[in-house]
Amino acid sequence: MNGRAQSLVAGLLSLLFLGVFLGIWHLATVPKKQAEAPVDEYSKLLGKGAKKSEGFPTLSQIGEAAFTQLKDPLYDRGANDKGIGIQLGWSLMRVGAGYALAILFAVPLGFLIGMSPVLYKALNPFIQLLKPISPLAWMPLALYTIKDSSISGIFVIFICSVWPMLINTAFGVASVRRDWLNVARTLEATPWRKAFEVILPAAAPTILTGMRISIGIAWLVIVAAEMLVGGTGIGYFVWNEWNNLNLTNVIFAILVIGVVGMVLDFLIGRLQAAVTYVE
Amino acid sequence: MMSFLQVQDLAKRYGGTTVFERVNFTMERGEFVCIIGHSGCGKTTILNILAGLDRATEGAVVMDNREVAGPSLERGVVFQGHALMPWLSAMNNIAFAVRSRWPDWNRIQVQTHCQKFIDLVGLTGAEHKKPAMLSGGMKQRVGIARAFAIQPKMLLLDEPFGALDALTRGTIQDELLRICEATNQTVFMITHDVDEAILLADRILLMSNGPGACLAEAVINPLAKPRDRHSIHHDAQYYGVRNHIVDFLVNRSKRYQSGELRSARSPSAKIVNLR
Repeated sequence: MNGRAQSLVAGLLSLLFLGVFLGIWHLATVPKKQAEAPVDEYSKLLGKGAKKSEGFPTLSQIGEAAFTQLKDPLYDRGANDKGIGIQLGWSLMRVGAGYALAILFAVPLGFLIGMSPVLYKALNPFIQLLKPISPLAWMPLALYTIKDSSISGIFVIFICSVWPMLINTAFGVASVRRDWLNVARTLEATPWRKAFEVILPAAAPTILTGMRISIGIAWLVIVAAEMLVGGTGIGYFVWNEWNNLNLTNVIFAILVIGVVGMVLDFLIGRLQAAVTYVE
Repeated sequence: MMSFLQVQDLAKRYGGTTVFERVNFTMERGEFVCIIGHSGCGKTTILNILAGLDRATEGAVVMDNREVAGPSLERGVVFQGHALMPWLSAMNNIAFAVRSRWPDWNRIQVQTHCQKFIDLVGLTGAEHKKPAMLSGGMKQRVGIARAFAIQPKMLLLDEPFGALDALTRGTIQDELLRICEATNQTVFMITHDVDEAILLADRILLMSNGPGACLAEAVINPLAKPRDRHSIHHDAQYYGVRNHIVDFLVNRSKRYQSGELRSARSPSAKIVNLR
């Protein structure tokens, strides 16, 4: 099977799986015909005759929710009722800020660590100790010291994005081929040129790998962090809709989270492909 | 008058092991010297010391009346594994070197200069290809162009053709010979190939086996220049030199190591003139 036929078959299979999945969903949630009970005053009082929203949402309900949400994504009717676009905007802003800070911190520091074996050994125990800590565990400390839930969210994103970038940058810089460094040395390249024209491009694919891992983690963590601190953001949206017992919106939000995460990964992946070289 | 390059009593030791010692030789401007020896005798270490990339445990290297203390643009190096930067095109690999040599040059000047050397090594048309798109021979040509482009006082070549097939090797040898003759370049080259040494070198240094290697013999190449790869083996003196060197590699290099052929502290290599 050649490449094109293969991807065609794979695409068709994907569609098939999607169809099966949606079919099962539909069959599982199709509303049962209930016996027409007489609607008397008593049952009205109990809410029995009214349209019930119990049970798992059906496909059409999800579609409807998606349509309403996407039709007006930026509406703002007070603290607990904002459009999905605004909530996503908040989440992306927090992830963007925390992630950018992490790049500014981790890449230069990783560079230094990668250049100096002594520093690498000296800092490694700290990195190994801090790396496995769940970023949410920092939350109380962040809230206490920063005293601002939104900035605390940014801090949590920072702290979870920083480790993969730091470790990958240090590793990438430390494993730049000796030959290339020798070329730079025999050409008496200045330290500046050596750093930016030899080490940085040589380590760039590894650094971008770290950044790609980081963006994935950051997007995972932001949902949890926003559920915790509340206020705004897609995580808060999910939690708020759960409190409203609006499972339809929860499922819609889950889909949106998935799509956005995929797009973020795709963007960094493109960047990674751009700096990758064939040896 | 002092020689252009003087290598004085060079030794390299790691702990108690001596890789080589008592390495003494000189080179004149425009001279092409090849060094031959079995693996592990420290040839590459000697070249790295000449380049300033490595330090000798004992001894000194003086080039053009100045001691070699570190890497310098005055010595161009062609590395064994070509050492091209894979994210740069052939042109930009050379440009990296050219901008190091002449930091004040503008883009046009750099480009013109690079193009000149790309043409010189016969890579016209491939200048914008990345190393991964080039064949082994083409990569090594870029490496040679990069070393030549900074117009160093001396060129150091570490087995530059080792990984190439015989046909490509021959073509690049011819090119190297032509460029060296045209520019009167001083060259120090490591090789494993006896025929290559006879074709290119004015003098061939023979190293005994390591550890504890030394410079055993300095063979003056009796074949007149210019030499031609296609007819060189018809020269009456060709097999004399060739046999002498091959005999060394097969027999004498070991006997030097065991001390059978050389007194304990003879300072320099035995000069062999087969003319």
